[in-house]
Amino acid sequence: MPVKSTYFGEIKESVQSLFIGLKRSFQHIRSASHSRKGFDIESSSYFNQQRGIETIQYPNVVPTVPDTGRYKLHNEIDDCIVCDKCAKICPVDCIDIEPIRSVTEIGKTSDGTSKRIYAAKFDIHLSKCCFCGLCTTVCPTECLTMTPEYDYSSDDIMQHTASFAELTPLEIIEKRKEWEAHQAQKEKQKAEKTKKEVSSTVKAKPSFKPKVRPKKDDLDKEENTVEENIKSPKPKFRPKIKPKTSGEASQASDQQKERKEDKPASASKPKFRPKIKPVIKKKPKDNDD
Amino acid sequence: MQLLLFFLAFLLIFTVFAVYAERKISAFIQDRLGPMEVGPVGLLQTIADLLKLIQKEDIVPAQSDRILFKIAPLIIFASIFAGFAVIPLTPTLQGALVEVGVFYLMAIVSLDVIGVLLAGWGSNSKFSLFGAMRSVAQIISYEVPLGLSVLCVVMWSQSMDLQEISYSQSIWSPQEANPIYLFGIKALGVEVTDIGGVLSWNVVQMPLLFIVFIIFFIASLAEANRAPFDLPESESELVGGFHTEYSGFRWSMLMLSEYAMMLLTSFLAAILFFGGWNTALPNMGAVALAKWTSGVPGTMAANLWGAFWLLLKVFILVFIQMWVRWTYPRLRVDQLMALSWKYLTPIALFLVLLVGIWKLLVI
Repeated sequence: MPVKSTYFGEIKESVQSLFIGLKRSFQHIRSASHSRKGFDIESSSYFNQQRGIETIQYPNVVPTVPDTGRYKLHNEIDDCIVCDKCAKICPVDCIDIEPIRSVTEIGKTSDGTSKRIYAAKFDIHLSKCCFCGLCTTVCPTECLTMTPEYDYSSDDIMQHTASFAELTPLEIIEKRKEWEAHQAQKEKQKAEKTKKEVSSTVKAKPSFKPKVRPKKDDLDKEENTVEENIKSPKPKFRPKIKPKTSGEASQASDQQKERKEDKPASASKPKFRPKIKPVIKKKPKDNDD
Repeated sequence: MQLLLFFLAFLLIFTVFAVYAERKISAFIQDRLGPMEVGPVGLLQTIADLLKLIQKEDIVPAQSDRILFKIAPLIIFASIFAGFAVIPLTPTLQGALVEVGVFYLMAIVSLDVIGVLLAGWGSNSKFSLFGAMRSVAQIISYEVPLGLSVLCVVMWSQSMDLQEISYSQSIWSPQEANPIYLFGIKALGVEVTDIGGVLSWNVVQMPLLFIVFIIFFIASLAEANRAPFDLPESESELVGGFHTEYSGFRWSMLMLSEYAMMLLTSFLAAILFFGGWNTALPNMGAVALAKWTSGVPGTMAANLWGAFWLLLKVFILVFIQMWVRWTYPRLRVDQLMALSWKYLTPIALFLVLLVGIWKLLVI
């Protein structure tokens, strides 16, 4: 409608538009006698319903969601090979995995992949989750899926952590010890081998010395090669597990541990101290004022 | 006295259900369901809210003017409640037989602005003071078109007594003194005093009064601080306007006053324009619907029919007020003033002239 700038034109136009407004809202009152039918977002007629109550009385009436909905994550732990890919790709780091390697093959997943790592911890912090679904796409065994379940609100944020690991604390200790014992045994074997080599070759002595000191790293690599022979996807896992300090801690020597711990501690302490001190001094001053 | 007690109880019950109705109507206009949880279809929601409000702490801000702050809700409510004294509920029931009932009501309607100003000033808060200032500016401005529109009816009915105005739109109207002609045109020669019903209502008796009613309705919305003229309260800008600082029971008093004001202006509109306690059904020859649905004044039947018709009209008007509130957006301050001074007042003045001429020449 063109805007009429005359006095009576404005009156006429505003009366008309006010009347149209009243008519429009009355149509809504009249159509409030029925609710909109079905809230199936996948149906092609979803946007055709322009009239009727839109409210869903939620806990009593549950709207249907698509089966492919990206809501709560679920991990079928029996099919999980604890490859850590999901934790790596997660943009918000909401997946927390603690692997324990097994000496022998634990079993097979439903698609036939052999499992060699126990999950001591497989936690998904769903309150951090951004529901992007990247973890489900990288999962090699398709054990990590997004379910249509969305109703898991709670008044405690800790309840948003979904734990999928099935090992009991006792089992975790057991498996860890098993692996450590296995490691120690291998170390012994290596040491014996190197001793034999040292004794057999005289010239090689000085060159071996530096190799002996970081022998843990070398051993690790060698172990990997052993595993690589058994299973092809392992080399992919290897670098991914490494940054996990918890997994490495069991393998790392005490010396390395001490070095790592000392360095950040010595670096951080002097930084923090001067910052804390002035704050403490200021506070009583403020209080006195 | 009985009527006063009736109105007090009626007001409280009305407010409880009007708040519920308001929430439901707003919900339906916005395609929602509104309150559904407390009681069947949420009927007890307002009662639950009331219980909550009564339990709340009565906070008086430290920097406020305590006496003014505490007394303001009482002034607002008392002044509005006093207005109900002159409302004729039935042909015989009326609180106070005041000859100048309309005049008194006009004074009452604008008296609550003092309470609003006290509340705003006493709160010692920016929001409250802004709300109060807007309220004063608004109510004083809209007093003019409201007064003029009421004047039209008073001129037509030649009385300021609300009961007499009601009688003049009735089949019981004194025929010799005040005959009612169809559409207020004597030349048509159709006298409708005996037919009654809708035909004897002021808006039909005098068709121009419908435009007057529109002006009256707009002005009464502004007087009651209802949307789209809720600038004194405007939640989105002034938190709560003049009642920002109120809590608990005092706040519910202010809320009660708002709904009482809605009711009072609706009563006034129903009596002035829509026949008050008169039936809507006309006598049609042998089918004397008007007589059947009104009863002889003084009898119990007349009282019940009168109260029924008046309350029905009032509730429809209250519904329209709510409907309007949830349809239109709030006016700006300058638009508010422009509407009052540039449009409503001149039109109302012109209508006063027209109604006067009509009364003199056409009847």
